[in-house]
Amino acid sequence: MIKTFNDLERIIERLRTERLAEKSRITISSGTCGQARGSLEVIEEFQRQIRKQNLKDRVTIKITGCHGFCEVEPDVIIRFEPESKKSIFYQRLKPEDVEEIVSETVLKRKLINRLSYVDSETGKSIAYLEEIPFFKKQNRLLLGNNVFIDPTDINDYLALGGHTALQKVLSQMSPDEVIEAIKQAGLRGRGGGGFPTGRKWESCRKAEGDIKYIICNADEGDPGAFQDRSLLEGNPHSVIEGMIIGGYAVGASEGYIYVRNEYPLAVEHVGIAIKQAEEYGLLGENILGSGFSFTIKVSRGGGAFVCGESSALMASIEGRLGEPRFKHVHATEKGLWDRPTTLNNVKTWATVPLIINKGADWYARIGTEKSKGTMIFSLVGKINNTGLVEVPMGLPLRELIYGIGGGIPGEKRFKAVQTGGPSGGCIPEKLLDLPVDYERLTEAGSMMGSGGLIVMDEDTCMVNVAKYFLSFTMDESCGKCTPCREGIKHMLDILTNISEGKAEERDLEILEEIGNMVKETSLCALGGSAPNPVLSTLRYFRDEYETHIKDKKCPAAVCLELIQYSIDEVKCTGCGVCKKECSQGAISGEKKEPHKIDKKICIKCGICLEVCKFDAIVVE
Amino acid sequence: MERTEIFQEVDEIVDRYKGQITGSVGILQDIQKRYNYLPKEALVHMAKRLDVPLSQLYSLATFYKAFSLRPRGKHLISVCMGTACHVRGAPRIADEIQRRLNIKVGQTTEDNKFTFELVNCLGCCAIGPVMVIDGKYYEHMTVRKINPILRKYETG
Repeated sequence: MIKTFNDLERIIERLRTERLAEKSRITISSGTCGQARGSLEVIEEFQRQIRKQNLKDRVTIKITGCHGFCEVEPDVIIRFEPESKKSIFYQRLKPEDVEEIVSETVLKRKLINRLSYVDSETGKSIAYLEEIPFFKKQNRLLLGNNVFIDPTDINDYLALGGHTALQKVLSQMSPDEVIEAIKQAGLRGRGGGGFPTGRKWESCRKAEGDIKYIICNADEGDPGAFQDRSLLEGNPHSVIEGMIIGGYAVGASEGYIYVRNEYPLAVEHVGIAIKQAEEYGLLGENILGSGFSFTIKVSRGGGAFVCGESSALMASIEGRLGEPRFKHVHATEKGLWDRPTTLNNVKTWATVPLIINKGADWYARIGTEKSKGTMIFSLVGKINNTGLVEVPMGLPLRELIYGIGGGIPGEKRFKAVQTGGPSGGCIPEKLLDLPVDYERLTEAGSMMGSGGLIVMDEDTCMVNVAKYFLSFTMDESCGKCTPCREGIKHMLDILTNISEGKAEERDLEILEEIGNMVKETSLCALGGSAPNPVLSTLRYFRDEYETHIKDKKCPAAVCLELIQYSIDEVKCTGCGVCKKECSQGAISGEKKEPHKIDKKICIKCGICLEVCKFDAIVVE
Repeated sequence: MERTEIFQEVDEIVDRYKGQITGSVGILQDIQKRYNYLPKEALVHMAKRLDVPLSQLYSLATFYKAFSLRPRGKHLISVCMGTACHVRGAPRIADEIQRRLNIKVGQTTEDNKFTFELVNCLGCCAIGPVMVIDGKYYEHMTVRKINPILRKYETG
């Protein structure tokens, strides 16, 4: 139990010294993706080898959350000195690689070339993490510590100076000064809307009421975004510290973390982190002897996208249906149980300690005029370096996709990048030099959202993408207001007709008309932004819609009703693999003779395309 | 299972949330975790304990996607339908599983072996398309991989 500010300082100092005395350190990424790819087996093998080679006193094994470079997981970082500027980075590990790593790299300091990252542009292998373009070009203020922290051990967070911001706030700053610092920094809500955080806090502080609440929105529902998961899994204490500071600033003594139950590891790590913070006296009564008390509870979601909307989220915490309400009164005045409530996103909370520690001016120097700081993007879809990237606001899309993301795999052509999840839109190639911040993305008909960047290539059909998002929002619409409930359904009907070649040209106008109506008249932001994927693709890819309608063709060969499978007789070698795999018996042909697909039987499942080694399956 | 046993277990779960209505969604999660679905007796007892009408719990159970009022199969198969998985071909995976098991999304096979569900995003976008069976993640799914994987669960 840490009872005073001095005690905290002493503990941090002691932990730092301990860490500096460490010899070699092996850090293994083991977030959800890492585990899905076998990190647990790799860890087990490392532990076995360390035991076998009797290295327990010379080597520390650190199991951390996600390092952000999902594409190459599981990965390992090896450092020989704690303060070393160079760390060896090995990727795509299998348990059978471990023995060699320990005996060659850890013991003899020899590099193993085949485990290093190979740059897709130059073809050269890069041994050190600091030199890999994916990492080098980022500014990892929030994500950076993930590689140093075992999220189940609060001491790791403290050793990095964790909770010093809390100490500073409680010992030296008044609540108004904290709010002023956040305002000065220009921090805006990272959940997507981009509302100025300091102003939100200020109105909550000024609101009348003796009981106030803090909420962390970790109901990361946007498909394709997982930065909140990564932070909660990998560095939960940074979020907790931010929330305690927020509680102090607005005058709240109770906080909730509302987290998706689809993130079991995040739920687990947050639970452990809260418990440890309580044991250390960083949560609970009279924190660090300051007289300020604060507790945090975890509330798990039930798998409803709409609960990411603040008023629906609060209803869900209260144990009610997650239905949004009309916001004529702000949550900062009447939120959870009608008490003044400050709700912010995971990333917003995690940014707070940074601003307090390094200063508002420092933070305000990063980013663009109106969008300050860094933003974490999830770079996914048709991209070489899938992963989480943290960059200053205002970086052009091109640099994100090509400079850091390494471009599109398989020499395909870039078609669009989708931002902002189901509320956002698709941005075409001609806008690739757009600097990414809140304003520019909105101007382009999309939005920042929670930072998902889904890259699409020539094989992606924009009508299909629009249809995908609309079926998502139709499914997730809570059904309370008519424009969202009925409008989206009607739009989806039209889109389905288009994708099946049954639409007329005037349908596009109707689609736009309904879209604008839904946008203007829906009750909450879910409905208000649901038409964006349709409207933005209509804006930039209208010709693709027209081809579906007029020529009854899907240029990307995706829409099932408009495509047919056949076999290129020249390329087909008659190997018979497709014939064997076809579950419908639609493929016929003699061995070593070109095969044929019976279009009447073919169900277009695509397995022949997957298994053909000779590129002989034609879809058009 | 004996009714009294269910009552006892529901009591334990409700007590963990101090019998408060605030905990409803969490209580339902835990009941579902215990029984694989929400048994009627459990809901009736929970309503009594929280002193709320059963209809209120029914509305929660049907509003939130995570809950099922019908028993689910021995193995739960989920296919991720996040955007990244979608552009990488997840719909083809989902179609094939439905054909293979002869059930639709949300249904359970007649022999009670499999329940098939879609999930919006698991946040593992780098390794999509993703299929999860009983908590085990299968990455970079293809139509061809489905059969051998399902066969393991059918015999096991």
